Amino acid sequence: MRNSWLNLYGKPAAQVAVYGTALNFRSALAALGEAVNAPPYQAPPHAPILYLKPRNTWLEAGAPVVLPAGHEAVAVGPTLGVVIGQPATRVSASAAMGHVAGYTIVNDLALPHSSYFRPAIQQQCRDGFCPIGPSLIEATAIAHPGALELRAYINGELRLTCSTAELIRPLPQLIADISEFMTLQRGDLLLVGLPAKLPLARAGDRMAVEIEGLGRLENPLLAVGADSDTAAMGGAP
Amino acid sequence: MRHARIAWAGAIHDAIEVNGQLRLADGRVPAEGEVVWLPPVKAQTVFAVGLNYADHVRELSFKPPTEPLVFLKGPNTLAGHRAQTPRPASVKFMHYECELAVVIGRTASRVSRDAALDYVAGYTIGNDYAIRDYLENYYRPNLRVKNRDSATLLGPWLTDAADVPDPMNLALRTMVNGKLTQQGTTADMIFGVAQLIEYLSSFMTLGAGDVILTGTPEGVVNVNPGDVVVTQIESLGSLTSLIVADPRDGVRE
Repeated sequence: MRNSWLNLYGKPAAQVAVYGTALNFRSALAALGEAVNAPPYQAPPHAPILYLKPRNTWLEAGAPVVLPAGHEAVAVGPTLGVVIGQPATRVSASAAMGHVAGYTIVNDLALPHSSYFRPAIQQQCRDGFCPIGPSLIEATAIAHPGALELRAYINGELRLTCSTAELIRPLPQLIADISEFMTLQRGDLLLVGLPAKLPLARAGDRMAVEIEGLGRLENPLLAVGADSDTAAMGGAP
Repeated sequence: MRHARIAWAGAIHDAIEVNGQLRLADGRVPAEGEVVWLPPVKAQTVFAVGLNYADHVRELSFKPPTEPLVFLKGPNTLAGHRAQTPRPASVKFMHYECELAVVIGRTASRVSRDAALDYVAGYTIGNDYAIRDYLENYYRPNLRVKNRDSATLLGPWLTDAADVPDPMNLALRTMVNGKLTQQGTTADMIFGVAQLIEYLSSFMTLGAGDVILTGTPEGVVNVNPGDVVVTQIESLGSLTSLIVADPRDGVRE
């Protein structure tokens, strides 16, 4: 059995969570511009803004994602998944990395949307909208998690390049600031954020995300009905 | 039938209620005061619905929503009957929310509201704390407000759906230190249980063990360390919660 996050933690008994971080890439916050000071936001974000990717979204590497009926495209979301090893409660940034067990690639998919005001459940929580894998790489194997290049491809064409060096809260600070208000538990997967201008994939496209040192996560995007058996439950365990 | 999960005599057990007492599968009957109550379900995806009672919406000065305001909760928040919930010393407004919690029993995808209740395993009481001081207008209500450790209590019992013929006509009430502070009925939900299942299953697949917290009526008040908060729902029982000072206020590892 492959050493993947899904194999280790994806079973219902594990009761773990996948937390995404919104607006943690400088480009993503800059894209909101002056809107952060206008209604409905009123002020720039203060504490980390998180969302959950529930288990119906979890999907293995290689498994097909189904484009929901009535929608033209999904936003491809290349991001670094950080696997929590030791529970993190009120940790300092300098101690935070000791709570990280490893890393995996995540394609944090969503239907395109522009508002951050209300939780975007309908856009982010579709079945199969969180491919994770292919492997869990131990933390010790990644020397510089704060300077990893991420690449998104559609049908083999490079469409986006970004780096964890562009985070507003680098990983140690992100873990510290989240752990100020909630515990990140063993097995939880923390997604560090998404940059602006995510590429859009359409039915029939092959999506791939690469991260230096972590490999390549590839999943096809299918139209509804194209592969109804394997896709019905998003392929999640 | 009512089901519980408890820790007792050095192990975790499933239990049922017989004549008002806990009974284990092997027939042992632990004294109620000796057990630690866990959430009665190993919750998977936990949904919460905001602004789902017209009176509470008015209380918070909002317009009623046109579609359900749904947010999700992580496993760190879950705790059982008689749990302790920490309150940071620096906050001004932390409040309980007495909510009917719906436990899904089997896979549900694109379920009509007419069929929706067939997918319910049972019901329990939820008390879903919020700290309003931390509200920000990004993915509101943000996790700093609603996803705190041991701040979403479930229990004491999971009552089989068959024993709750009309989940849309249950009285709810909350007492703080014995004083009635919140009173309502599930009949006043804007989006009822069947509608919520229809709505969620229209765009995502629900599974066994998923929990939907269906919102709270008006009557939320600030609570302080030492307060005992009892949330009750007709036919489901009485869920007790204790507010404690946060022992690690300001501490960083």
